[in-house]
Amino acid sequence: MPKRDDINSVLVIGSGPIVIGQAAEFDYSGTQACRVLRAEGVRVILVNPNPATIMTDPDFADATYIEPITPEIIESIIVKERPDAILPTLGGQTALNAAIALHDAGILEKHGVELIGAKVDAIRKGEDRQLFKELVVECGADVARSHIAHTMDEVLAAADDLGYPLVVRPSFTMGGLGSGFAYDETELRRIAGAGLHDSPTTEVLLEESILGWKEYELELMRDTHDNTVVVCSIENVDPVGVHTGDSITVAPALTLTDREYQRLRDIGIDIIRAVGVDTGGCNIQFAIDPSNGRVIVIEMNPRVSRSSALASKATGFPIAKIAAKLAIGYRLDEIPNDITRVTPASFEPTLDYVVVKVPRFAFEKFPAADPTLTTTMKSVGEAMAIGRNYATALQKALRSLEKRGSSFHWGEEERSVEELLEQAQTPTDGRIVLVQQALRKGATIEQAFEATKIDPWFLDQIVLINEVAATVAAAEALDTETILLAKDHGFSDAQIAQLRGFGSEQDAREVRHILGIRPVYKTVDTCAGEFPALTPYHYSSYDQETEVAASDRRKVVILGSGPNRIGQGVEFDYSCVHASFALHDADFETIMINCNPETVSTDYDTSDRLYFEPLTLEDVLEVIHAESQSGELVGVVVQLGGQTALGLAKGLEAAGVPILGTSPSAIDLAEERGLFAGILENAGLLAPRNGTAVDLAGAQQIAEGIGYPVLVRPSYVLGGRGMEIVYDSTNLAEYFDRIEGQGIVGPSHPLLVDRFLDDAIEIDVDALYDGSELYIGGVMEHIEEAGIHSGDSSCTLPPVTLGRAEVDRVREATRAIAEGIGVQGLLNVQFAIGAGVLYVLEANPRASRTVPFVSKALGIPLAKAASRVMVGATIRELVAEGLLPEVDGSRVPLDAPVAVKEAVLPFHRFRTREGGMVDSVLGPEMRSTGEVMGIDRDFPTAFAKSQLAAYGGVPASGTVFVSVSDRDKRAAILPVLRLQQLGYDIAATEGTAEVLRRNGIRASEVLKFHDKPDADATSVVELIHRGEVDVVVNTPSGRSARADGYEIRAAAVAAGIPLFTTIAELSAAVASLDVVGDGFDVTSLQEYQRRREGAA
Amino acid sequence: MTETTTRTAPAVLVLEDGTRFEGRAYGALGRTLGEAVFATGMTGYQETLTDPSYAGQIVLMTAPHIGNTGMNDEDMESKQIWVAGFVVRDPSRVVSNFRSQRSLDDDLADAGIVGISGIDTRAVTRRIRDAGAMRAGIFSGEDASLTAGEQLDLVLGGAEMAGQNLSGEVSTGERYSLPATGERIGSVAVLDLGVKTSTLNFLAERGFDVEVLPQTVTIEEVRALEPDALFFSNGPGDPSASDRHVQLLRESLRDGRPYFGICFGNQLLGRALGFGTYKLPFGHRGINQPVLDKATGRVEITAHNHGFAVDAPIDRVSESSEGFGRVEVSHVDLNDDVVEGLNCLDIPAFSVQYHPESAAGPHDANYLFDRFRELVIASKENRD
Repeated sequence: MPKRDDINSVLVIGSGPIVIGQAAEFDYSGTQACRVLRAEGVRVILVNPNPATIMTDPDFADATYIEPITPEIIESIIVKERPDAILPTLGGQTALNAAIALHDAGILEKHGVELIGAKVDAIRKGEDRQLFKELVVECGADVARSHIAHTMDEVLAAADDLGYPLVVRPSFTMGGLGSGFAYDETELRRIAGAGLHDSPTTEVLLEESILGWKEYELELMRDTHDNTVVVCSIENVDPVGVHTGDSITVAPALTLTDREYQRLRDIGIDIIRAVGVDTGGCNIQFAIDPSNGRVIVIEMNPRVSRSSALASKATGFPIAKIAAKLAIGYRLDEIPNDITRVTPASFEPTLDYVVVKVPRFAFEKFPAADPTLTTTMKSVGEAMAIGRNYATALQKALRSLEKRGSSFHWGEEERSVEELLEQAQTPTDGRIVLVQQALRKGATIEQAFEATKIDPWFLDQIVLINEVAATVAAAEALDTETILLAKDHGFSDAQIAQLRGFGSEQDAREVRHILGIRPVYKTVDTCAGEFPALTPYHYSSYDQETEVAASDRRKVVILGSGPNRIGQGVEFDYSCVHASFALHDADFETIMINCNPETVSTDYDTSDRLYFEPLTLEDVLEVIHAESQSGELVGVVVQLGGQTALGLAKGLEAAGVPILGTSPSAIDLAEERGLFAGILENAGLLAPRNGTAVDLAGAQQIAEGIGYPVLVRPSYVLGGRGMEIVYDSTNLAEYFDRIEGQGIVGPSHPLLVDRFLDDAIEIDVDALYDGSELYIGGVMEHIEEAGIHSGDSSCTLPPVTLGRAEVDRVREATRAIAEGIGVQGLLNVQFAIGAGVLYVLEANPRASRTVPFVSKALGIPLAKAASRVMVGATIRELVAEGLLPEVDGSRVPLDAPVAVKEAVLPFHRFRTREGGMVDSVLGPEMRSTGEVMGIDRDFPTAFAKSQLAAYGGVPASGTVFVSVSDRDKRAAILPVLRLQQLGYDIAATEGTAEVLRRNGIRASEVLKFHDKPDADATSVVELIHRGEVDVVVNTPSGRSARADGYEIRAAAVAAGIPLFTTIAELSAAVASLDVVGDGFDVTSLQEYQRRREGAA
Repeated sequence: MTETTTRTAPAVLVLEDGTRFEGRAYGALGRTLGEAVFATGMTGYQETLTDPSYAGQIVLMTAPHIGNTGMNDEDMESKQIWVAGFVVRDPSRVVSNFRSQRSLDDDLADAGIVGISGIDTRAVTRRIRDAGAMRAGIFSGEDASLTAGEQLDLVLGGAEMAGQNLSGEVSTGERYSLPATGERIGSVAVLDLGVKTSTLNFLAERGFDVEVLPQTVTIEEVRALEPDALFFSNGPGDPSASDRHVQLLRESLRDGRPYFGICFGNQLLGRALGFGTYKLPFGHRGINQPVLDKATGRVEITAHNHGFAVDAPIDRVSESSEGFGRVEVSHVDLNDDVVEGLNCLDIPAFSVQYHPESAAGPHDANYLFDRFRELVIASKENRD
């Protein structure tokens, strides 16, 4: 059937904020869907509160609603926009759950809106574990023996039948949240208890253990005509027991015979049919017993997933794009294959290369968290690499992680084989390197298999890599044959240099270049070369023939931001993608280099050419060399890809590569404390008193001089890595102990020590500077006081408590800094205003995390404009051509809407080794994974929307528990009083209750956890666990996060109730409660834009 | 595993256009000549190697890692490896599979198959794609030290695939039979032109007593067996060089005996009906080919291994010039519109160019064996 003619408008539901388990991959899939639908002439309406995404850019939909994903809000949008259909299969579990909620509430029926992409029945069959299990058995396939439980008694009864260990899986949660292995009853009670809570249906599945089995995934697509294709097979290198999002995975599957593979395929097709996915894709996970081949179906997702994004990048088959076309009626054989253009999409891609994905973790941000990998996903990002063989792809993927120690090495290893094997038994971040070291030191493949259950084939590949390393080390000279051997197994110049005892990777590179050894670039073409590929999607290989086509155009290389991590996420991809679009429109040939499979930047549709390569100096230089063989290379954009791209600037410049925009030496001016102080002095600006130190003694001396508390942070880091507020010299010594060995502070990377400004208002500015003119993107006022990382704090745009004079001072200061540094492009400056004094905290001449937020809140396309400035356009010209509005972001009219950005934190994902929660206090080190935006006519309404989008908002009634530090008691009185007036019950610990009562607030007194006279007494922690508290206000006392507030906050996080750790946030939330009552109006970005244009 | 000396010995792949790819020896040392073709399946190297249709061909696997799951008795598609030579980028050093009995290296060496590894297989594939299937040679061991000119002369001295009849090389010498394993409906005479084990198993499972006949069989011998149906298998070589088999098929069709043909058997039905055949530029060899069943409009993902195709109009019903009535093209490859199946509307005969028995490949087209079973049942009922 061709395209349906009864669908003229579609509401696409996005996936909301980036969280662990649901990340940038849904921006990729959602963006593809929006583009495809619009290209088909369908009017696209989008709802997604995540401002950092590309899909929420007003160019990608006809009506873009940056609004919370709740049934009420979606209904308002439906009423306003009257879509014919809703497409929920591209926005992850969030969108699917929203679709089910809309259906259950009768909203779809009421408004005559059809669900496309997946029917409710299919969603339920795929997601409800019991239904799914029955369906699998009906298909003649096998499932793990299991029981469903809704209460702890049922859980324990099931365990009696299944025995330990067993697997606990809560129903309807994403990213495997709440699931895990229980080895005994204590663990079972803990995991299943949490699982019952996390499941929206209070349901957990208990299963026989299949730990150590081989794990596979298939990505399937099916159309209305029952045409079904398997797009990709994925094999997990880490066997069952580690969530697939946390596993190293490889595509295609490498250790299956055809007979076994076809069996998985047959089962997969039977399941997708039985579930009834008939206009889209699904992902099915299998386990295979390595000893006898028994196949078990683990689960299926009737939607686009993280794995489907990976499969799309791995094969060149754009699953989300095809899914969107199927949803509006096309059949697979009616859709052309983008890459060959002459063959249809009704085929199965075949690969002549190997793809490896490795996860990136952020355990360093949560030192208390247990880093053991389980069936609950904990990684925050991933890198993918393509190689002509597994060894190459693996080594490229590992170096793409940009993390110390993530690559194989042949340096000193003091641990014995036994120790290494013992450690490798527990899956953790970096286990693959432990295995490599164990094998290198003589462990046999059998021993390594015994310890890890990693398939012997994969282990042998590591042995092979070690053998090649030995050959390289032992070779008489680093000759052509030796280098080619190393390169064909993925060795970097740095690894070769280490093996040869060279001083630097540069030495190895020079030898290689003298011998004329360069990589060639192959093409991802879906068909292993059977048909010519028309899409330049390339990866490197040390093979014979290159496929890079000559071009006579002016080229710009854009460096992406690599794997997502806390502090460097989808926001940077947004800027890179925008630069690519803007420069393409300005008639440049855009060349993207990136290694993150989740992103829009690595969609082959985004740039003129795509190189899926690690973002290391070596890999980038080689792409630049290959592209320099024809046309004119204008330069490389480094200021949009976060620290990853910026970190390469100096090396590229040293190699003679032109850097576009702000020069690397100017970047240094901003990063190097002494130089930056000079700039401020010249401009008559103040910084908090500060100094730099390379060791503890130096730091202590400086801190004494400027007075505690001080803010300490390493230079050249992003996301506030290693950033802390230190209250005394003991604290400082402890800090040095903690960061020791992380290599973040040393003679070349000194520690910055600043006077900490208590009670100051923090301000973030994003601006453009073209060398003579300044253009403010936005002035953002933080809601929390200084001391909380800007990425974790909520902020408002325009500022709501700053006067015009203050904004003008900020503007002037920004101009002076831009001029002093010599910015050409983007600049982000952080200020603080304390006691009327404006301080400059830091300046970063690059795209900041807030660029997309500013762009959406005010309609200023900062990244696009910046990329044009980098290639020589002036701000005046950009205003004249209409790219930039005439009035900049420092002059927001009074009737403009207010946008609030709120951070989303992952604390509930982690547990300590003892099974407790990790502490959730905010600080100068960033820990949020994503953000949401609320936008409305005034601050309280916008703030309320941001809270609703971030965590569901504050309940309309109930009990608020308050326990605040002494310094916050005064500030807490007013908001708490207002809460009481609004009808909330107030409970407080002794000290707080006393203060509240004196101020006329009826507060019931609750015991602190540590004041319990005996174990059976009820403290606040038990009350929270029992569900008798609805909101928690707890501000830390400052000195030690382990103070008694920890248990309270942990309980609140575990219970999933709103938790305020600053009075500023509480006050904002209280102000917003007044506006929540009557529901919200919804307004699209396009509508705001029309109003702005109408006003102008 | 074979001794590592083989793995480090030099080898070269020489194409008839003079292109040379220098790599390492794989399998047996020595020299081999044949038609260079590429196969794009990511699984199923054992089935590919033991598929008689690959006789006379130097097969390049586009998937880089080959040999990972070893070899076993169960997945043999015939009694031996048939390829003339084998080209692999990264042969496996170990075997990892619960069913594995031997390593691929050992089997290749034991069978005397000369191979090459460690070359830019994608470059070779692109060359074949652009220039068409070519004669080629692999030289290792003592033959590696021949001059480039001597090697090229040997390649050019090799036979072209076009015009070759290879049935005699792959067919069984003696007639043999397999009893039906499914509910018995009758018997089928299988002309072994290079038949695969899976095909025979499928026929037996569909209720046929299977009588496998050498390719030298005459129509009288077939008639003497009184089979309920005739089946022509897949096999190597140029269908235009198989006049005798075409003649035998015409006789059988005139007898009214139901017919099913696969691959070579499709080309021979085409010829029997009066169509021509032609050589494709580089053939279809893979397990991901989209084929449209024109009757249902459904697309099946299918296993292919053919260098030749039937030349018949795909958009209309034609009349057999040999007097067999109306014929339609039942299946078409969606990648390039090549004829993938023929269906006779007036006589009980049909055939497909691809491999419904898969092995290796998806099982989407297994239903064709059911269709054959139904055809035979219906045809028996008509006779009764």
